[in-house]
Parts: sequence; structure tokens; C-alpha cells
Amino acid sequence: MIYNSGKIYTGLIIFVLFITFPIWYNHLDAGTLPDPQKVENAKECVAPVAEMKATHMQLLNQWRDDVLRDGDRAFNVEADGKMYQKSLQKTCMKCHTSKKKFCDTCHEYASVTPYCWDCHVAPVEPAAKGDMN
Amino acid sequence: MDKNRRNFLKVAGISTLAGLGAPAIVDRVISGKGEGEVFASGGAAGHHGAEPTEHHGEGNTESHKEEKTGTRYGMVIDTRQFNANPKLGVKCVDACHKMHNVPEFPKGDKNEIKWIWLTNHENAFPEHSQQFKDKDTADNKVLVTCNHCENPPCVRACPTKATFKNKDGIVMMDFHRCIGCRFCMAACPYGARSFNWLEPKTILPTPTNPDYPRRMRGVVEKCNFCADRLALGEKPACVAAAGHSGAMIFGDLNDPNSEIRKVLKENFTIQRKPSLGTNPSVFYIV
Repeated sequence: MIYNSGKIYTGLIIFVLFITFPIWYNHLDAGTLPDPQKVENAKECVAPVAEMKATHMQLLNQWRDDVLRDGDRAFNVEADGKMYQKSLQKTCMKCHTSKKKFCDTCHEYASVTPYCWDCHVAPVEPAAKGDMN
Repeated sequence: MDKNRRNFLKVAGISTLAGLGAPAIVDRVISGKGEGEVFASGGAAGHHGAEPTEHHGEGNTESHKEEKTGTRYGMVIDTRQFNANPKLGVKCVDACHKMHNVPEFPKGDKNEIKWIWLTNHENAFPEHSQQFKDKDTADNKVLVTCNHCENPPCVRACPTKATFKNKDGIVMMDFHRCIGCRFCMAACPYGARSFNWLEPKTILPTPTNPDYPRRMRGVVEKCNFCADRLALGEKPACVAAAGHSGAMIFGDLNDPNSEIRKVLKENFTIQRKPSLGTNPSVFYIV
């Protein structure tokens, strides 16, 4: 037996309820899962979709360092044997033509704010022209 | 053992002498040099051994003695051509600034961003005599940009390696790493660097070149010799704008058969502030 068990168990229950607040407050519902824009003008990405979903941020950082610091700009996609430039603006966003419908859907859901677009220019959104950001 | 002050002082004195003398002897044994040379290299001791390819204050003559390997991009600017065609300079500046989304500011604005610009002869070449200037020199401006020095002081000053010399001899800016300390601006003797005091996105809402990024507030920017265009086999934007006029020649300074080396061989050229020992890669035919 432990001393003051009543107080301890009550405290523990309050603590667990408190740290799980975001879960039960949202009724065990994670909200609508994001559905990023599907690509129509290309069959393959530079890497398998699952890999891109999980590690695109590492890939972009790798590309950034390769291009800028090592001057290694070409990227070879195995499947169609074509050389693409390692470039967010010139390669990624040519297929994923909408930042709002592609990048932002997941980033807003996951509440992450990558600083890519502080400098890099997003493609012009077809719906709302003039708003580049 | 008997310890007294006299013995203690003897031992301390001998230890001090040994401590001071040993490094000098070791240094001499390792380098195999004479006394004078050991002390002469002392000035560069901070980088001794760490950067064997760098030159330390040996001056211009040293670097031209032997042909170097690797690429070192450089430029020759023929001021005679620019004097003959005054609009050409502005055209080159515009081409560059449009290509790189450099916003326009009124002349002399403290927020001004400059990658390449026109300046008076006395500002471009302050080490040269300005007494009794000829008409061409007095009336015309000189096109100046980052000199992509062989020995760039900005690279030494940068605490984050945001500015660095790439494998082609181009002094690059990595905007991702820049913390905006502006040490590089203080270090650059040519004023080739500009600081983004304002948010470029608000000044330039629609980029002039949607394929090139803008910058963000709080980073330093400058000419990058169009490293992205060079990778695609194109010439820098300013050189392309100058066209076939021969006013700007771009090429590899380390390749003895390149066009730029041919031009350098046939013409008398000057560099900006050569006495600083930065070895600019931009040469001027005056």
C-alpha cells in the first residue's frame, strides 16, 4: 500500500486527462485528412510517393546543398531516364502546379510552416490571381 | 629534497626557456626552412597548413607564375565599348536585375539593392590618378559588380559560411544560411553587397523572373556570376545583354586557351584596388 493513495490516484487521473486534452477535446477525431492535389501531367515523381511523403523535406534540403554548394544541379529519374534539374521552382512546381492545393493542404493540417516561400516564388494560382503567396 | 627560492627560480627559468624555444625549433624542423622564412610566414600562421591552396599576401605576381588547375570564372569589361555606347551599361544592369528579381529603388536610397551598377571612374578606381581626366573618363560611368576575388575577404568574414567560393571560383551567397550580420559587407572593399532592409516580397509583389527566387528581409545579396545560367551553358545575363559588342567577355581565367585569356593577353587591363591583394576576377580595359 502507498501512503496518500487517494490523492495520488486523483492527481494521476487529472494529469492524464490534462495531457490528453487535445485528443478528447476533439472527440477522438483527427479531422478531415488532407487531400493534396493530384498530378495530371506526369506519371512519376522523382522518388516513390511513399518516400516523397515521408522525406521530401530531407530531399529538398539535400537538393539545396547539392545545387548551391556543390554545383550539382542535375537529377536523374531512373524510370524514364530523363534528367531533371534539382529545383523546387523549376521541377517540383511544374507538376504540382498549385502551392495552395498541394503544399499547403498537408502543411496546414500538420501545422508546419516551412520557410521555402519566404524567397522562392510559388506558381501563380489559377483561381486567385495576383496572390503569389 | 631541499627547496629554496634560488633553486626554484633556476628551474622555472629553464622551463620557461624550453617552453618558448621548443615550438620554434619544432616549426623549423617540420617546415625545413631557414630562420627568416619561419618568421615571414608567421603573419599567416592562423591559416598555416589549413588552406594550402590559398595565397597569403604574396601579391599579384605570385598567382600568375604558374597555370592553376580548376576553373576560375572571370570577366573583362571593355570601358571603351561602354563609353561609345552609353545605353549599353544601363541595358546590362536592367538585364541582370530583371533576371534576379532585384527591386528598383531611387538612386542613392539606403535600401538600394545592387548586383551590378554604374559608378564614376574615381569611385571604381580610387587608386588611379584622377587629375586631368580625359573627356571619356570624366563623362562616362564604369560598370562594376562583385569581383569574385581569388582571395575574397567577405568569405573570411562570414561566420556561417553563407558566402563561400565555389568550385568554379565564384563567390556565392547561400541565402538559406545568411544571418544578416553584414560582416561581409564591412569586409568587401568594393561595396558589392547589399542588405535587404525591407521585405522584398512587399517591394516586388510580382517577380520579374518567376523562375528565380526572391530574397527575404535581413539577408545580404550580390552578383553570383549567374551560376545557375552557367550550369545550363548560358552566359551571365549582363554578358548576354552586352551581346556581340565585345564589351563584356566572360570565361575561365585558368584556361590559357580561353577567349578571355586571349583578350587579356592582347589588351592592357586593370583591376579594382589591386593593392589590397584580393585578386579580382573582373578586369577592365580602360
